[in-house]
Amino acid sequence: MTSTEHGAPPSARSADPRPAATATGRRPGRNRGTLMSRLDVKGSPYLFIAPFFVLFGVFGLFPLLYTVWVSLHEWSLIGGNEGFIGLDNYVRLATDAKFWLALYNTLGIFLIAVVPQLLLALTLADVLNRRIRGQSAFRMTLILPYITSIAALAIVFSQLFGSEFGLINQALGYLGFDPINWRGDKYFSWVAIAVMIDWRWTGYNALIYLAAMQAVPKDVYEAASLDGASRLRQFFQITIPMLRPTIIFTVIISTIGQMQLFTEPAIFDTGGNMAGGTQGQFQTVMMLVFQEAFRYGNYGYGSAIAWVLFVLVVVLGLVNTLISSRIKGA
Amino acid sequence: MTATTIAPAPAPAPGGGRAPRRRGRLREMREATPLTYLALILTVITSIFPMWWMFVIATRDSAAASQWPPAVLPGGDLLGNMERLFANSTANFTTGLLNSLIASTVVSVSVVFFCSLAGFALGKLKFAGRTFFTVAVVVTMAVPVQVGIIPLLIMMDWFGWRGELQSVIVPFMVSGFGVFMMRQYVLQTVPDELIEAARIDGCSTFRVYWSVVLPALRPAMVVLGLLTFMQTWNEFIWALAVLTPDNPTVQFSINQLNESAYSRDFALMFTGATFATLPLLIIFIVLGRQLVGRIMEGAIKA
Repeated sequence: MTSTEHGAPPSARSADPRPAATATGRRPGRNRGTLMSRLDVKGSPYLFIAPFFVLFGVFGLFPLLYTVWVSLHEWSLIGGNEGFIGLDNYVRLATDAKFWLALYNTLGIFLIAVVPQLLLALTLADVLNRRIRGQSAFRMTLILPYITSIAALAIVFSQLFGSEFGLINQALGYLGFDPINWRGDKYFSWVAIAVMIDWRWTGYNALIYLAAMQAVPKDVYEAASLDGASRLRQFFQITIPMLRPTIIFTVIISTIGQMQLFTEPAIFDTGGNMAGGTQGQFQTVMMLVFQEAFRYGNYGYGSAIAWVLFVLVVVLGLVNTLISSRIKGA
Repeated sequence: MTATTIAPAPAPAPGGGRAPRRRGRLREMREATPLTYLALILTVITSIFPMWWMFVIATRDSAAASQWPPAVLPGGDLLGNMERLFANSTANFTTGLLNSLIASTVVSVSVVFFCSLAGFALGKLKFAGRTFFTVAVVVTMAVPVQVGIIPLLIMMDWFGWRGELQSVIVPFMVSGFGVFMMRQYVLQTVPDELIEAARIDGCSTFRVYWSVVLPALRPAMVVLGLLTFMQTWNEFIWALAVLTPDNPTVQFSINQLNESAYSRDFALMFTGATFATLPLLIIFIVLGRQLVGRIMEGAIKA
């Protein structure tokens, strides 16, 4: 950058030592390399990135690392730090049935949500990848659910999935089916929560897939058509393989997000103690963290759970990345 | 929070380069069949129905929420429900709405400013460690920061911020995703020559940012601002942990109703839910088209 280094007149410069500029002078080429302008060119980049790194360091990185420290202590809301206890919290966690149940629930809800979401989003993208009247209106409606208040819609869905007067059970009754105990039954509660997640994210992912589909060169399809491949076959043997990196990317993002699932099940669970139903049947790991730390005041134990969740997210992310690079290489 | 990250999906166009853009009629597309439209209309109904029904119940009494066949037309109780909502001492809805508006606006402005500043530096300025810092930003994007919620709360006690509005603002004033998005956009839209010309004219680095880079970044800034607003508006677990019922955000406020004896009062809750959705809906109506474009662009580029 030194080649383009041109200072403003020193008078204008020295009046204001900040990199934020007073430089109003338009006299090019003079006073090249004065102290202030050299400081500006050398220092400004660091000054510009500093707010991000400082704020992220203080409110992002530090709490994350401090989680480990807290987890190694007997630490409570009332008593504060009550001393180092080593790995005791982790030992407790390993034998805590509630933790394993919450982990099982989180993974279960994730799988129930992500698989149909993927298939639906791909189908929708394929549907949209045609000559359609009102294409842009359809696209906008698709991401409407993405732009909503999660908590508000979780309240609406909680009523839709109500066991007595919920709209869905009433519809089932109208069609001659027995009502479903959406909150009480473990797997149905997972389904209800998965529906909330998918309602929000399917259209969004469909748009991403649609963009990727439109980047596939048309001559590939033309060649396939000439070879007599059917539309369905083209979808599975051209579109899906071409979209693989995008699909894997969206799956990684969903994994990171859904492992921390909280809002939907927390609101589905009326009562507010984050128990996730009477038997903890839909308590997620993040709900357990919240319950232990903020309802029971066990900061130390809550931090241990949170840290295990963090490691899990990182490991899952790495596995995902590894698989994706393996597939890309193959 | 991490869930709302827009995907800079690494979908490489086969054969290396980006596929040429084909627009409008030039693009050879398959014809739509009636089945296509049927599928689309079903999707539209599914997307809209929960929100529409939320609004309908907000204009009726609570019994309407349990009615079969479902109520699909608005009634005349909206004003009455609103009156009850805003007067409800469990929800503190007015405070919640105001707090959310302030927090989301401040966070959005701050994220857009700091991220464009950092994105400009990482994209266009030369300095030692630039690659390192760029990689560091990308790494922060993958970090599930929500996991650090317990120490963050302990920190709020240190600062004396627990229960105060700044506790839902200050920790969210920057975003790694924002920095990365701005960097990509700066690289695409601001030519080096423009920056050099401004420097020759005697602009300081900040002046270059302010008068050359910012105007070029405007479209991306609008989208980043919108996404950040939405994200802050939706922040739930943290608000629940750090705030108190007398000084809530709007999400906290409607959750208060959901957790209390009012949880059977659907008309009241749905009115709250409607107002908690309204600002986002307005933004969507104004900027939805740009957002669609950005999501799709993000999927191919970067």
